[in-house]
Amino acid sequence: MSEGTLYDKVWDRHEVTELPTGQTQLFVGLHLIHEVTSPQAFGMLKERDLDVAYPERTYATVDHIVPTADQSRPYSDDAAEEMMSELEQNVRAANIDFADPTTGRQGIVHVVGPEQGLTQPGMTIVCGDSHTATHGAFGALAFGIGTSQIRDVLATGCVAMEKQKVRRIEVTGELDEGVTPKDVILQVIRKLGTDGGVGYVYEYGGEAIEEMDMAGRMSICNMSIEGGARAGYVNPDETTYEYLDGRDRVPDGEEFEELKRYWESVASDADAEYDDVVEIDGDALEPTVTWGTTPGQGIGISEAIPAPEDLPADKQESARGAQEHMDVEPGDTMAGYPIDVAFLGSCTNARLPDLREAAEVVKGHEVHDSVRAMVVPGSQRVKAAAEAEGLDDVFKEAGFDWRGAGCSMCLGMNEDQLVGDERCASSSNRNFVGRQGSKDGRTVLMSPPMVAAAAITGEVTDVRELERFEEVRA
Amino acid sequence: MSDDGPAETVERVSGTGVPVRGNDIDTDQIIPARFMKVVTFDGLGEFAFFDVRFDDDDNPKEHPFNEADFQGASVLAVNANFGCGSSREHAPQALMRWGIDAVVGESFAEIFAGNCLALGIPTVTASQADIEALQDYIDEHPDAEIDVDVANEEVRYGDTVIDAEVDDAQRRALVDGVWDTTALMGANADTVRETAESLPYTDV
Repeated sequence: MSEGTLYDKVWDRHEVTELPTGQTQLFVGLHLIHEVTSPQAFGMLKERDLDVAYPERTYATVDHIVPTADQSRPYSDDAAEEMMSELEQNVRAANIDFADPTTGRQGIVHVVGPEQGLTQPGMTIVCGDSHTATHGAFGALAFGIGTSQIRDVLATGCVAMEKQKVRRIEVTGELDEGVTPKDVILQVIRKLGTDGGVGYVYEYGGEAIEEMDMAGRMSICNMSIEGGARAGYVNPDETTYEYLDGRDRVPDGEEFEELKRYWESVASDADAEYDDVVEIDGDALEPTVTWGTTPGQGIGISEAIPAPEDLPADKQESARGAQEHMDVEPGDTMAGYPIDVAFLGSCTNARLPDLREAAEVVKGHEVHDSVRAMVVPGSQRVKAAAEAEGLDDVFKEAGFDWRGAGCSMCLGMNEDQLVGDERCASSSNRNFVGRQGSKDGRTVLMSPPMVAAAAITGEVTDVRELERFEEVRA
Repeated sequence: MSDDGPAETVERVSGTGVPVRGNDIDTDQIIPARFMKVVTFDGLGEFAFFDVRFDDDDNPKEHPFNEADFQGASVLAVNANFGCGSSREHAPQALMRWGIDAVVGESFAEIFAGNCLALGIPTVTASQADIEALQDYIDEHPDAEIDVDVANEEVRYGDTVIDAEVDDAQRRALVDGVWDTTALMGANADTVRETAESLPYTDV
């Protein structure tokens, strides 16, 4: 008999009991914490005189406020320093492992968890950050929680949840050269809407997903929340196990084999039933960018920006506002949209393969005179690995700023911010007004190779044409 | 547990309303990230919707949260997918500290709704037509009482009764006063340990 989807199986294994509210009390296998959303939760614990129940299943790092240029202490920003100190005190008191910048393991929480091997298939993973769905790439059930829920998890090792429906998103075919997982997820959100996933968990599958490396799967799961789905996952397979083998927190030998049997057992059964199935034609995708101020406002690079009146009635007003903010005209394509800043980073796209793909585009070019361009590796380990293969030289020689690990310009909580009405080609996940630190700033979301191309030409550019142009000139 | 006293219940919320219109209002708009560089939630109320309420020189702009008519309002009326984006609990904290005790809208992002529940703030949904009519009514009658009846899933104002919806778990939690999930779940510590030990990846 079918035991159902991965979601069903992982849920069942972690169910503690049903609460009087009808919610399920779910055991949390891994609780990741960072400096922004945890201090209030630790404060609530203190008020109630409670201890951290499972410190060994809790892991901390610092990412949102950490400066990516000068990381010497105390930080020049007093507020950042205070948040860092608070986290240091809390983790020390509770005996929680902390990947701080002196360890060489610090980085964006959703980059650090997987690269340490903390993130494993068949786990429940929570973090006070909406991009926690990233970890679903490993076949874990991972979702973002609020601060009161962080208090719950710290105090009890559990979270109260209602079970959701599962939508299978089948990405068929093969992605063209220059088309990346980021383009897939931007098209998924475009198709299903920013609230299309409310009430659902997304299971991503199909040939195009199976062919992807773990970094690509993470980029896709990462942005599930941008489509309204609190969690997204990919069934674990050989790609997953190969990635995990040899990681710090992954056992080896017979223990590995034993765990692997569990990992294999949680994958969705072939005859699992889904509440909904959606198909995306991977063969038909092209590099995708946003024209507006929600991640759902995306188009292929050759497509025309839609006229608001051609959109569904409930999308028209926000489209008008977005087009005014972005200063774009219906009928135009986004190609040629001038940019001032190129940001390569974030929990969506700052892993080693992302940097490699962008470096491939950058090689032999220079950053356009009118652009300030920066690369912010997702973790100290990503940075070190990139430097070991000389990627830093490629970026620096081209005129990119090569910085330390952190959330950086994805959100305006540190020194890296847009100024005034700057336009930014960004590999991050949100183009909300004000997201990058300036309320007049304008964000165009795209893949790492597309950010690299935009940095070189000074405008939104189809990366495939950049390469073709090169061939012609050679 | 220190606060195991009689549970507070939220069967209904009554008060004047404030409409904030627009779909997909994200938590970066509700509380811009720069105001989250704090280690407590105190004082967040004044920064609710800050970037749409104030210009570069901090002069007030046209926004319902700035209008004299709506000061003291406790029922926020919003449109679709309100609270999308970041999981920051700072968003409902800011609204609550501004004075909001209930939110009525077409739909809510899940994490936002969960964060509201943790604070005892109901997030009640109704049809687009009903919400727009409610928002118009509040504009015309800023002093009128809006009655959000969580137990009976209704929103009442003037002579109108809106047939609203409250998520089952949320309704039970609020009406029975059991939204303090730390206390609820803390009582099951032994079963939690059993569950933990049954998992192949834990060696607790």
